[in-house]
Amino acid sequence: MSDRILMKGNEAVGEAAIIAGCRHYFAYPITPQNEIPAYMAKRLPEVGGTFLQAESELAAINMVFGASAAGARVMTSSSSPGISLKQEGISYIAGAELPCVIVDMMRGGPGLGNIAGSQADYFQATRGGGNGDYRIIVLAPASVQELADITIEAFDLADEYRIPVMILGEGYLGQMSEPFSLPEPSGKTFEKPWALTGAKGRKPNIIASMRLTPENLLEEHNLKLKKTYDKITEKEVRYESYLLDDADYIIVAYGTSARISRSAIIELRKEGIKAGLFRPISLWPYPYKELKKAASHAKKVLTVEMSLGQMVEDVRLAVMDDEKVDFYGRTGGMLPESGEIIRRVRHYGS
Amino acid sequence: MEAKTADFKYVYDRPKSLVDVPTHYCPGCGHGIVHKILAEVIDELGIRDDTIIVAPVGCSVLLYNYIDVDGSEAAHGRAPAVATGIKRVHKDKVVISYQGDGDLLAIGTAEAVHAANRGEHFTTIFINNAIYGMTGGQMAPTTMENQITKTTPYGRDPADVGFPIRACELLNTLEAPVFIERCAVYDVKHVLKTKRAIKKGLQNQIEGKGYSFIEVLSMCPTNWGINPVKSAEWVHDVMEPYYKLGNFRDI
Ligand SMILES: Cc1ncc(C[n+]2csc(CCOP(=O)(O)OP(=O)(O)O)c2C)c(N)n1
Ligand code: SF4
Ligand SMILES: [Mg+2]
Repeated sequence: MSDRILMKGNEAVGEAAIIAGCRHYFAYPITPQNEIPAYMAKRLPEVGGTFLQAESELAAINMVFGASAAGARVMTSSSSPGISLKQEGISYIAGAELPCVIVDMMRGGPGLGNIAGSQADYFQATRGGGNGDYRIIVLAPASVQELADITIEAFDLADEYRIPVMILGEGYLGQMSEPFSLPEPSGKTFEKPWALTGAKGRKPNIIASMRLTPENLLEEHNLKLKKTYDKITEKEVRYESYLLDDADYIIVAYGTSARISRSAIIELRKEGIKAGLFRPISLWPYPYKELKKAASHAKKVLTVEMSLGQMVEDVRLAVMDDEKVDFYGRTGGMLPESGEIIRRVRHYGS
Repeated sequence: MEAKTADFKYVYDRPKSLVDVPTHYCPGCGHGIVHKILAEVIDELGIRDDTIIVAPVGCSVLLYNYIDVDGSEAAHGRAPAVATGIKRVHKDKVVISYQGDGDLLAIGTAEAVHAANRGEHFTTIFINNAIYGMTGGQMAPTTMENQITKTTPYGRDPADVGFPIRACELLNTLEAPVFIERCAVYDVKHVLKTKRAIKKGLQNQIEGKGYSFIEVLSMCPTNWGINPVKSAEWVHDVMEPYYKLGNFRDI
């Protein structure tokens, strides 16, 4: 473990990407993640890498497509409206089975919305904003340390499964300065015999999502993707539990909402109210089984989000008891209030 | 390929880098001619092992099945961005972005202009057939004034949808490109000129010079609704006066 240093989340993700061996980064500026391109513009040339400010998010994600097809570890970052523009490229990258890391520091929407942190793009991230039958891994850290650690993991997951991995944070996480330890490189290496390197001594490699003929070719391809998705669902679920063992009341929240919920739980425990936190870290694959099990003995499951209710749909799918599931959210870049969480949970017991 | 016998000497052979499969192109289509030229140039420069092509969305979407080199798909209009990503990783490889007129001048105008403006070290081959071939003959940004297409059934009216865009002239306003030339493939003489231009474009890349752009006026008999011979004439008679052939830049 290295010494603890102070950095903004957006800078930490940049440094961690470099530690992970990322040497290519393409992006278009947008608040609240502008520290990432600024950091990469400064740092990548120092390590012999390529920083390129693209003409749009469309261009950026397709540069990512090209660099990934060429076999490089590559990253892009953006915030909500920019991620909307990247969806076409993400669909192509998923279809062509290319690895890459995409950082989304969500802001308030719809449309231009505002620049405050938000969790209103849970659907966009986990349900796929692009066309077709595809999935991407979505990881939601809740601290600068976890953001840095997850960045290392994200590159490995992307390479292992040949899939885009999205790191989903809120503007707050990106803007927040916290002491953390720089992560170590994982040491994992991945062969990429499929990459475009010039077809010397071999048949040409082709990178494509298109499967035109025969007519069942695309179905076969998609079934192959599904196998990968099944394996990921089985092996890569990540979540954290806090005081769940005896919890009567479970709060389900991710990212910044989870931090607020945790402080509410500490207060509730002081009052003798048995509350606990279930924090999904992988939003896809979602920890359905784990949440179902945790919720089986609980009296109430409160989902807290910075949205009008998006992850709560997954919570309902896991718990399968609509009476048990409650929701509290703030929208438009507003933060959920610890006090309101406490009031609600107190009320369940009365 | 058939074995060569002692009695016959092949003077005209299929280029090695052209995969020996039937293409899906219509008779008289310009794409097939340009593919063959490209394969010949790759052979002559000896760069088969070092070339990576990016296919567009358009009739030439299967380009990577026809040229025997590493190849990538690109979403409609995004080939210059994909080529940028590839070349920024493999600075020592020859990267080619092949695009149609809808791809390059409509949906992908931003990517095309900005890759050229950055002077990306790849070569663009731009097939101007004045139409959207793949989707069945709609108006392209290069469709001629009064030309009838599926979406201009009364002829292209510039007062309504603007004039055809001249890609070479547009890119020639930029500082970075090192080579810009407009060619045609309607007869042998022009095919040879096109071949020279494409070869120059690839050589520029090998020499690390910068961005090269070769526009090829090309035939689409199917969607123009005329036969291959008439199509060749149409390029000469109708397209060429508006899209002047020649070199715009050679640094
Ligand atoms: C995002 C998107 N929009 C539309 C299409 C449909 N489409 C496929 S090819 C094409 C036009 C191709 O025309 P051009 O670039 O001129 O190529 P050509 O077929 O003439 O060679 C269109 C509109 C698509 N595949 N993707
Ligand atoms: S439709 Fe036109 S461009 Fe497409 S293959 Fe046929 S002739 Fe060529
Ligand atoms: Mg066309």
